[in-house]
Amino acid sequence: MTELHTPTPTAPPRSQWLEIWTQFKSHSGALIGGLLFVLILLIVVVGPFVYWNDATVVPTGRDFIKLRDMRPIYHGLWDPGAKMNWAYPLGTDNLGRDTLARLMFGGRVSIAVGLAAMILALFLGTFIGVIAGYYKRLDGLLMRLTDLFLALPLLPMILVAAVLFRESLSKSIGPEGGVFVLIVCLIGITSWMPTARIVRGDVLALKEREFVVAAQSIGTRNSKLVLRHILPNVLSPIMVSATLGIATAIITESSLSFLGFGFPPDFPTWGRLLNDAVDRMTLYPERVIWPGLMISLSVLCVNYLGDGLRDALDPRIRGR
Amino acid sequence: MLTFTVRRLILAVPTLLFISLVIFLLLELAPGDPMAQVPLTVPPEVKEKMREALGLGEPAHIRFWKWLVQFFWIEPQVLIDHYFGTSFSQGDLRVISWQTRSPVMDIVIQRLPQTLTVVGTAYVVAILIALPIGIYSAYRQYSWFDQLGTFVSMVGFSVPPFFSGVLVIVIFSVQLGWFPSIYDTTHVVTDWDSFVFQLKQMIMPVMVLALQITAQLSRFMRASMLDNLNQDYVRTARAKGLSEYIVVMVHVLRNSMIPVITVIALGIPSIFGGAIITEQVFKVNGIGQLLIGAIEANDLPMVQTLTFIFAVLIVTFNLIADVLYGILDPRIRYD
Repeated sequence: MTELHTPTPTAPPRSQWLEIWTQFKSHSGALIGGLLFVLILLIVVVGPFVYWNDATVVPTGRDFIKLRDMRPIYHGLWDPGAKMNWAYPLGTDNLGRDTLARLMFGGRVSIAVGLAAMILALFLGTFIGVIAGYYKRLDGLLMRLTDLFLALPLLPMILVAAVLFRESLSKSIGPEGGVFVLIVCLIGITSWMPTARIVRGDVLALKEREFVVAAQSIGTRNSKLVLRHILPNVLSPIMVSATLGIATAIITESSLSFLGFGFPPDFPTWGRLLNDAVDRMTLYPERVIWPGLMISLSVLCVNYLGDGLRDALDPRIRGR
Repeated sequence: MLTFTVRRLILAVPTLLFISLVIFLLLELAPGDPMAQVPLTVPPEVKEKMREALGLGEPAHIRFWKWLVQFFWIEPQVLIDHYFGTSFSQGDLRVISWQTRSPVMDIVIQRLPQTLTVVGTAYVVAILIALPIGIYSAYRQYSWFDQLGTFVSMVGFSVPPFFSGVLVIVIFSVQLGWFPSIYDTTHVVTDWDSFVFQLKQMIMPVMVLALQITAQLSRFMRASMLDNLNQDYVRTARAKGLSEYIVVMVHVLRNSMIPVITVIALGIPSIFGGAIITEQVFKVNGIGQLLIGAIEANDLPMVQTLTFIFAVLIVTFNLIADVLYGILDPRIRYD
């Protein structure tokens, strides 16, 4: 009789999140994208405290003539005679406001709108998806609602609503806050549908699994069951739609601002800065390029991040 | 298949009615006042008369019903009259724009060709570019071409059209001076030179729109090809001794095209939405620019009709995509 060997594990057990992180690290695009996005966030949030120029200060008197229409310092490489100043690294606009300060301030607004709209859309989408997947009676109704929302011409309706509701909201909350709330709500209300569909599909599949049936059989209440057992298992599709949601929200907000339906003119966002600069782009192309580059770069980073997350969170791909 | 199509067609009617109601209510609930631009010196009773002249005197449900009748009953009659010289619509009131006081549909018909030329060309160009890229990147998965294609389509997703449009204007019309930055819609093609001019002014808007569509389509094509390349029938085809070209371009491609074609159909309405921005950048006076102008001028009948036309496009192409999917893929049966 030979002795039975119990196979002993050679390596300590790894947690699920460590596993995901290992997979995420191997996707170099996602890693770079994530780091760059964090960097952009840091610059935009911390930058205005460190940077010496203020975004809203308009110089008056002689300073106005002296400081307006400054070119960025790198412009001196090919045009040494241009109007430049080391105190204004990216130059100033036609009112003498510092471009870099405005870019950082605008980035704060754009990213804040993107994050807030994403959270609202995610909340709505997850809520409707879970309800539709979990309660069979509401499923048909809620999914027809989702289909209807998907059939709405969203961009035209956002444009219309942005104009029509702007004044009354501005009066009650104030011009900037009103527009912020309005745009966040509009983007959130019009972009929850994909999340709802994905979450519903996953919940439908999870509902039949043994652990849910077991939890039900020991008398877990519906609310607890959803929060403790179902939601953690649909976290990964939600996280992926979160990243994609930020990207679309940033693009929608800047499109609105670009078309002139967004924030008021003295309140810069990336889209607004781009829109203001288009009229003078023949003379000052850098004022168009910087905000556009920032929008594109952040959206690109977020998209790569979402791509990597999707791979990392999918256990079928992981470890390959 | 026929019953499915008919059922979907019947289902589309309440969908469209509901959407038109949503659009109407959105405009109705909005606190904007069409009389806001009228000078304060105008006495209130005159203002009231002007309001009635715009058709605002009646309660909301009657106005909604009138709009429905005008759009679904009178406007088709006008179209029939126009083509066959009949006079069904004689004396009927049409949807009138508040800006120009002329029928909304007449203006839409004037603007539509500009949008269709730019958007249509962009879509065709995008399909012609995207399909080969998708096929080749799937065939050589993880090669440098595939990596480059992934990167380019990521960039295409991420760069919004109002930036890529402005960027190409800065590069190609300001710095290099190759193409005009403003699209001249009054230009008529009569000879070779005017044709070249038309080509030149179309290149930039078409490219900007096509970049976005290409990014999406080539990804879909690649994913769909990858799904099929590992299937058993491909191995069988190779085992029979068919040439690699026939295997990929006939056997795999035909099966991979099924989902791609539905995606192409589904994408058409969203392109009209994207064209709103591109038209604004290149000053093309198509329906997108018409919509922006109407919103700015508070011209509610125009906004309502245009938004509804966009909705009709979306519903129609969703239907077409569903039906196409069933026709192309015999495995799918909607019974």
